[in-house]
Amino acid sequence: MIKFFLMVNKQGQTRLSRYYEHVEIHKRTMLEAEVIKNCLSRSKEQCSFIEYKDFKLVYRQYAALFIVVGINETENEMAVYELIHNFVEVLDRYFSRVEKWYVMLNDQEVNDNSHYHLTKTNTHLSFFFQSELDVSFPIMFNLDRVHIILDEMVLNGCIVETNKNRILAPLFVLDKMAES
Amino acid sequence: MALTVVSQIFPREMIPAVLPLIEDKLQHSKEIIRRKAVQALYKFYLIAPNQVQHIHDKFRKALCDRDVGVMAASLHIYLQMIKKNASGYKDLTESFVSILKQVVGGKLPIDFNYHSVPAPWLQIQLLRILGLLGKDDPRTSELMYDVLDESLRRAEINHNITYAILFECVQTIYTICPKSDLLEKAAKCIGKFVLSPKINLKYLGLKALTYVIQQDPNLALQHQMTIIECLDHPDPIIKRETLELLYRITNGQNVTVIVQKMLDYLRQSKEEYTIINLTGKIAELVEKYAPDNEWFIQTMNAVFSVGGDVMHPDIPNNFLRLLAEGFDDEKEDEELRLYAVQSYLSLLEEEDTFYPQKFLQVMSWVLGEYSYLINDGDPEVIITRLHRLLKQTFVTSETKAWIMTAVTKMSSRMSCSKTVDKLIQEFSTSLDTCMRQYAFELKHLCENKELMKNLFPLDASCDEIMVDASLSFLDGFVAEGLSCGAAPYKPHHQRQEEKLSQEKALNFEPYGLSFTSNMSSSGFTGRQSPAGLSLGSDMSGNSAELGQKETNCLKLDGVRKLWGKEGYLPKKENKTGKEDKTQPVPQDSILTAHVVDPPLMQSEQQVVSLSEEEKEKQQLASTLFVGLGSNSTISLMGRADIITQKLKKKSKISETQNSEEASSFQNIATLPFSPLPDTTPNNKENFQGNEHLGLRKISLSSSEVLEASVSFETSQSVTEVGLDEQLSNCRLSTSSLFADSNIEVFQPPQNVPDIVANKAPLSLCLPEELAGHPHSEIVELCSSDILTVYWCKVWTDDCSRLVLFVANNSTSPLKTVNLVFESAEHFKIFESLSCHFPVIEAQSMESCQKCVQLEKVCTEGVLSGSISYHLDTDTHLEFSLTFSLSDFIRPMKMTTEDFGRLWLSFSNDVKQNLKMSPSQGSLSIALNALKQKLKLHIVEIIGNEGIAACRLLPSVPCLLHCRTHARTLALWFRSSCSALPDSLLYQCQKVMEEA
Repeated sequence: MIKFFLMVNKQGQTRLSRYYEHVEIHKRTMLEAEVIKNCLSRSKEQCSFIEYKDFKLVYRQYAALFIVVGINETENEMAVYELIHNFVEVLDRYFSRVEKWYVMLNDQEVNDNSHYHLTKTNTHLSFFFQSELDVSFPIMFNLDRVHIILDEMVLNGCIVETNKNRILAPLFVLDKMAES
Repeated sequence: MALTVVSQIFPREMIPAVLPLIEDKLQHSKEIIRRKAVQALYKFYLIAPNQVQHIHDKFRKALCDRDVGVMAASLHIYLQMIKKNASGYKDLTESFVSILKQVVGGKLPIDFNYHSVPAPWLQIQLLRILGLLGKDDPRTSELMYDVLDESLRRAEINHNITYAILFECVQTIYTICPKSDLLEKAAKCIGKFVLSPKINLKYLGLKALTYVIQQDPNLALQHQMTIIECLDHPDPIIKRETLELLYRITNGQNVTVIVQKMLDYLRQSKEEYTIINLTGKIAELVEKYAPDNEWFIQTMNAVFSVGGDVMHPDIPNNFLRLLAEGFDDEKEDEELRLYAVQSYLSLLEEEDTFYPQKFLQVMSWVLGEYSYLINDGDPEVIITRLHRLLKQTFVTSETKAWIMTAVTKMSSRMSCSKTVDKLIQEFSTSLDTCMRQYAFELKHLCENKELMKNLFPLDASCDEIMVDASLSFLDGFVAEGLSCGAAPYKPHHQRQEEKLSQEKALNFEPYGLSFTSNMSSSGFTGRQSPAGLSLGSDMSGNSAELGQKETNCLKLDGVRKLWGKEGYLPKKENKTGKEDKTQPVPQDSILTAHVVDPPLMQSEQQVVSLSEEEKEKQQLASTLFVGLGSNSTISLMGRADIITQKLKKKSKISETQNSEEASSFQNIATLPFSPLPDTTPNNKENFQGNEHLGLRKISLSSSEVLEASVSFETSQSVTEVGLDEQLSNCRLSTSSLFADSNIEVFQPPQNVPDIVANKAPLSLCLPEELAGHPHSEIVELCSSDILTVYWCKVWTDDCSRLVLFVANNSTSPLKTVNLVFESAEHFKIFESLSCHFPVIEAQSMESCQKCVQLEKVCTEGVLSGSISYHLDTDTHLEFSLTFSLSDFIRPMKMTTEDFGRLWLSFSNDVKQNLKMSPSQGSLSIALNALKQKLKLHIVEIIGNEGIAACRLLPSVPCLLHCRTHARTLALWFRSSCSALPDSLLYQCQKVMEEA
């Protein structure tokens, strides 16, 4: 059972949060702060699973972006760990379509070709996730899309869909409607 | 989109409205719509499982859907349902297995693959379901072996996601009924995980190992070295997981090492949650496996100092209890305590070290309680150290209270101390009112050493002190108060306490009465000896009052709170149980209470040292349990003769108890009871008390009769021959005869010269006009020291009568006794709600009758009321009694034709099938059971069908048609009242369950 899903940048700002169990708003900020502190304090050689209070955190770092998932005892840590990656891959696939548009838009800000090369060398991860800058921009600008993707994948704390085509299908339909 | 929203947020109230729409969508041609519909249903299932119960077959259809997504979505529902009730879905095992086989075999469309692994999360989900299904079920497990083997084999690509699958596989394999070669493979898998250089994998391996180890400890042995390595791993998370693993394999031999490791980790960790968790585990292990005292104390010290104030309060409490109650071996206990004291002393020696509050509290308690065990040590030194602590700023006021208590306890054992005086002076002017009070109390106590010794007997930390509190202390005060008239040098609240007891002395007898409340009142009536006074005040109290008194006279507040939770309260219950027999205390517990008591009373007066006391207790216990209750009584009485008046009274109490004990022993073991030596009049009285007890229950059962007879036998002054005859009458007597025989039996006691006359009022008999009707036993409803109310139900043909007996237990007439019922929702009481007795003569009884009717049909209801009387002050007693529907049901005689006619005219009907147990084999047996319990009238039985009729008072008919069919009893009620069939059905169900 997944309890919450967080996307945080290295500065500790929450980019996206989704709770599958009711947590009061003021408690959320506290929880997020502590969770981030816990994750940030860990080195890359250390285990990606943390026991925190009565649940476990599974986190994965993509350049400047952390994705942290809180799960309970019954969940399989490794499966969640891979789910995060799957999620990122889905984001990658979706945003790779709008990448050009995005780069044009933010030409001034992301005018750094070295990062672009990184994208070329690592086919798995998109440009954005490789950048060392705080490039959760695409996520920030398209937060609604990210939410839709997440909702397709995780529902009521359960992993419901992992097939990339199927996850993105409704989104593409939406985009098509928006275009026409 | 709407469906997505539905599956995310949805109020449960709206489910019925939307459900049909969603059900429609299950047939939709597009897979995504079907999938979303299933997800929405899953949400419904989560929030209100009952509302989607009827569409379980639709879930099955979804499971067999041609699209994988829809099938996968339905798995979530199944996982939940199987979690709740695995046995209901065993038949689906094969489908799950075949689905998994297809998935593993790569039959799915290619886009379900994740890094060339086919639908890994789906596999994990399926494995989980299989694990739940196969748990403890060899047959189902057998179906899975192949596919599990296949999964293990297929998942050999080195990728994280395959590890996740493997992990799930291993878990499933160890959950279901084991198969050796699968286990072997799984073990190999775990080995690979644990040995892997990848840290995440190592973690997973450890987790799997922890899970597996409960079934197969040998696996841990194989990986010993790896585990040890992990213990020193730089990553605390790995360490943590390893400790978890070790915690599971702890035993008597390895406990020291493991606990040491845990403590090391504990010292490093900062997070509160971890500390709480870990201290709990350590404490558990230490208590369970501690090899020796020294280690035990050391470790607990470490736990306390590290765990500090965040740890669970149970840990120090348990620790103290362990210290106080000790183990079986007396010597060992003392060593343990001695060691604890020594270690705390040395800890306190170091100045300016900070200890957590809880640790300080534990220390001060132990020092206060057991410091006398150190022979060579000077108590002055200890007090000085405690005193120093008191001055520290970091010590909270709660801890200060603990320390003060310790000082008080210790000063009771030494003649005079400068430090104590200094301390008193210092804190008498303290700003903290609490401390000031403690200081004053201490001061006053110091001036009266004798009292102090009484207050703080050596090693009375356990149950002993409780008994002291309720008996001896007050006794001491009262005795003193009596001897010198006033009580100089006593703190205010003690004076008050004393005044209270003296007040009670004025109307002493009633208290004697209440002491024997159910045992009947004769026990202490009329004895005006002043010694009985404190007994009265003690015994009259209910438990609340007792508790209050204890806290008043004992300045051990801190300690008391602690004990209140654990060892203390149960004991108190026993005591109350003993004092007030109305409570249905199990025989055993009464016995143990008795066993504990008598030696204590002796020990108090003779200041027996601890070990002797305990030995005596044990001896007594063994003798008692052999069944020779009389022996102990004799020995007690022997003592009673030589001690003072005050003590004599006590021995009498114990006699009472012993005689009770004796009779209950007889009751259990049915051993012949050797007659007691000739006793004081009181003794006889006590036995008569037992008589009463026995007699009132005569109508109940023969075993009770036995008890009564036993008490008669023991009472020598009563002419046995005559009694025996009467008793045999009793045995034969039916409930209607009860009253008569009762009176007869009560004649002999009146002949005994020493007893205050007039026992007769307490023989409870129904008025003549009601005696012929069936009635419930007469039981006590409520009582005070002055009057007792008994009640019983009488079921006459036309109504349910409530008969109340009000007995005046005092020696003076009671005037204006008022009995008032509160108007109840379901019941109606005829004539009036109140009952007034202008006067009840001393030692006599009045009765009143009320006719109760059920106004609103219900299965059970409570009727409450109160009784008030005036004697010096207004007293108000509350009571409540329960009536059930069956009290108002009467048989209704009619013919089969009438039944048929009536049956058609009634519109309210209820049908229900009940399962019959084999013992209720035939219809007639079942119907007879119903007839007896519910007072039905059986109209006719034809083959496997039967009809019966009854009426609800005054005359609401209800008809029952029943039919048996292969172990089920189909009941069909019809009535003109809408609520009646339902409630009656409920009663029937209860009857059938009982039968």
